[in-house]
Amino acid sequence: MRKVMIGNHALSYGAKISRAQVIPAYPITPQTEVVELLSEMCANGEMDAKFIKVESEHSAMTASIGASATGARVFTATSAQGLALMHEVLHWAVGARTPIVMGNINRAMAPPWTIWTEQTDSLAQRDTGWMQLYAQNSQEVLDSVIQAYKVAEAVQIPAMVILAAFVLSHTSEAVELPEQGKVDEFLPPYEPEYRIDPANPHAFGGLTGPDGYFELRYQIQKAIEDALPKWDEVGAEFGEVFGRKYGLIETYKVEDAKNLIISSATLASTARTAVDTLREKGEKVGLLRIRIFRPFPSAQIRSILSSVDRAVVVDRNISFGASGIFYQEVKAAVYNEKNPPPIFGVIAGIGGRDVTKKDIIDIYEDIMRMDEPKSDIIWKGVRL
Amino acid sequence: MPEKTEKQIVFDKVKDTPPLAVSLYTMDYNKTGSWRNVRPVIDYEKCTGCMTCWKFCPEPAIDAEKYEEDGKEKYKPVIDYEYCKGCGICWVECPVEGAIYTEEEGE
Repeated sequence: MRKVMIGNHALSYGAKISRAQVIPAYPITPQTEVVELLSEMCANGEMDAKFIKVESEHSAMTASIGASATGARVFTATSAQGLALMHEVLHWAVGARTPIVMGNINRAMAPPWTIWTEQTDSLAQRDTGWMQLYAQNSQEVLDSVIQAYKVAEAVQIPAMVILAAFVLSHTSEAVELPEQGKVDEFLPPYEPEYRIDPANPHAFGGLTGPDGYFELRYQIQKAIEDALPKWDEVGAEFGEVFGRKYGLIETYKVEDAKNLIISSATLASTARTAVDTLREKGEKVGLLRIRIFRPFPSAQIRSILSSVDRAVVVDRNISFGASGIFYQEVKAAVYNEKNPPPIFGVIAGIGGRDVTKKDIIDIYEDIMRMDEPKSDIIWKGVRL
Repeated sequence: MPEKTEKQIVFDKVKDTPPLAVSLYTMDYNKTGSWRNVRPVIDYEKCTGCMTCWKFCPEPAIDAEKYEEDGKEKYKPVIDYEYCKGCGICWVECPVEGAIYTEEEGE
């Protein structure tokens, strides 16, 4: 069945069709529609789930961890300041190995108060151990929630499905709703090895000293490494069952490309149309969209970059004092290669400033005129 | 899952370690009574058996002891000093003046 929905509702339907059982959530613009629809569906019986109203995002995540530790499938969603308020317990969710799936709407951080899109809120959580998936359209949002549960529950690591504020969260698109029966087969109920169970008592998260903590952290790293092939496997299996295949990265016209544009989320959609226009002008250009940011698909990126002459990473985020965050990660992935291509880092679209197809074409043509990257940041669109 | 060992919470190798910080058994061997510096005492002359203290005790340190009176099944709270940490919540929450009082540990 096809249904017109905004990106936010694609998250809600993704949670519903994945049979989320507990939804502790707190509303925040531009995420509010996600939890509004979920609360309605819990209230009217469309979903067999418990909606827990909480007093803050910190509590939303804390309740999510508790519910997930009992073996329930848990969904929540937030944005920007709300995600930042969760920060302490984002670490906890990973250490407790609770495979929560959370929607995050990328919104720029305050001050000044703002609600428009930028990726710095979620990228600032990169070292918590949460898996991060940047979606480019509503269909991918819905499909990714289902896949995220499958991967997260297999490796016991939580996952964020991330979408751009307004550009995606509030844009209506026709979305194919998968059949419930097929989803149930694809995503069986969650059965953790350890769960809170009064009949079989355990203590969770108790004091652990230097003689035990290290091994637990090692296991988190191993689990998230295991998730790398899992995202591709699950994305391929999803393709077989539902006809839409997904992977860690997506490439467009890279086979014969000499130059590469690298981006993520909705910026990558715009870049795809720019690639088409540049191709018409005779440019040998391709697009690499990074879909999964954590775990970082370094090997896949290395393999694409090994055959190009230069690449430009377009970041809608910034790590102050350094550079664009995807840019840093892409550079780090190829640093030890024999002859890595020069990689240019562009920062664009901060605070939701529009990035058009023409902007991407300009970025490409600008870097083609440069001999080499002279600094870590090329600013695009800031009024200097 | 590694074999259950009552007291083991640290393991030799990663392969033996559970994936999360979890004890393999209950933690009831971990007797927390030595943490106490204030000792709650129940005066059974005043205690009405309302069990408010039992409900509020954040540890399993107050037991509900069953007994019979006039052919009826009743309960009374009994403090388990092996686990009571002396937080004083039972003393604060008790609705009957003087039914729970505290004394310095060691008195």
